[in-house]
Amino acid sequence: MDIKITVIDREGVAHHLDAPTDMAMNLMEVCKAYELPVEGTCGGMAMCASCQCYILSDHELGEKNPDEEAMLSEAFHLKENSRLGCQIVMDQKLEGLKVELAPE
Amino acid sequence: MIKTDIIIIGAGPTGLFAVFEAGLLKLKCHLIDSLPQPGGQCAEIYPKKPIYDIPSQPEIMAGDLVEKLMTQIQPFQPGFTLGETALKIQKQADESFVVTTDKGTQHHAPVVAIAGGLGTFEARKPKIVGLAQWENKGVDYIIRDPEKYRNQKVLIAGGGDSALDWTIVLADIAKEVTLIHRRNEFRGALDSVEKVQTLKDQNKIQLITPAEVTALNGHQELESVTVTHQGRPKPYTVDYFIPLFGLTPKLGPMADWGLEIEKNAIKVDNSLDYQTNVPGIYAIGDVNTYPGKLKLILCGFHEATLMCQSAFKRIHPEKRNVLKYTTVSGITGFDGSRKEAQKSTIKSIK
Repeated sequence: MDIKITVIDREGVAHHLDAPTDMAMNLMEVCKAYELPVEGTCGGMAMCASCQCYILSDHELGEKNPDEEAMLSEAFHLKENSRLGCQIVMDQKLEGLKVELAPE
Repeated sequence: MIKTDIIIIGAGPTGLFAVFEAGLLKLKCHLIDSLPQPGGQCAEIYPKKPIYDIPSQPEIMAGDLVEKLMTQIQPFQPGFTLGETALKIQKQADESFVVTTDKGTQHHAPVVAIAGGLGTFEARKPKIVGLAQWENKGVDYIIRDPEKYRNQKVLIAGGGDSALDWTIVLADIAKEVTLIHRRNEFRGALDSVEKVQTLKDQNKIQLITPAEVTALNGHQELESVTVTHQGRPKPYTVDYFIPLFGLTPKLGPMADWGLEIEKNAIKVDNSLDYQTNVPGIYAIGDVNTYPGKLKLILCGFHEATLMCQSAFKRIHPEKRNVLKYTTVSGITGFDGSRKEAQKSTIKSIK
């Protein structure tokens, strides 16, 4: 089953996306699949922070793993609600997720 | 001027494998890379991470893949210009090319293969007001020669391997080393973390965490940095501030070479030979794009192979050539080495 998520790009435009939950895709990959400007330089290893986003909805995302924690600690434009898109795996529980892309 | 048959810009896995395929066709290669070591992303970003989709390698560490490629191409004696960024490609009257780096090193060849991956690695810079004005006046993003810091007061910022490694190296060289990081935890090789702990315990370095540099101060040269620790800003006298926040790739100068660019990548003719819109300049691996493109190392290997066949025709238009199998023909290195399949022995059984 697909879920509906909203990604606000760096120009403030909201994109409503259908994200598959059966392909082990993460948020960074969903953004790339829709050709949104998310680089995903390291391919999803939590090693570049090019997929940093701010979580705007109040979904329960689970704890950050140590890799994400460490990368975010070195990332710029960090906010309380910063997460790495590549570490957020699409799941039914994320129906209605709303995020904003962090500046490059 | 360095002369060769194929100038390869980018020494990642695709660029390295191109040396092998070119070598089979008796073409010599010279690689240019902005990083100080070959291997590209595999060596710089994830040397200790496994790759599972290299044909015949169920699991291989990225760093090991690079090492094996270096061994594989060794008979073909590639040249390397490392730690320099290819800045310009100039077409000559005879349709050959001169590639010049940021340090002025010139390379000349009839063929250029761009295997630049995601681009040139540039330092990630912290967001500190006025940072740019102190670059080369006390702010360095890359340590090229540690001797520069002998008897100097150095402040390093960062929480990864390079911040830890350079803190260890400079502890013996600089007059004073201070390492600061935004959090208490460091992400680096365990023995580096432990070494830094020991240096701190022995008072050989100063460690401030969690802390950030929030301002830079000085007149002509950098004189001090403001470190904010537990919400309180405090000035530290330094000669050098070295933020080590990793490297990020940028297409950089490649974007200005008159090549057709699409989606931040170089457009090539994938129906034929991965040539760009400029005849004689090819683009292979992650740096190129075409319908159906996949950024995979294994695809880069394929692209490198086809590119070399086309490069051969460009370099030797008069020569007929036919694909040879290494199992049949073996490998004759430019170093005189020779590898070939064992001849079968013919012997009767009585």
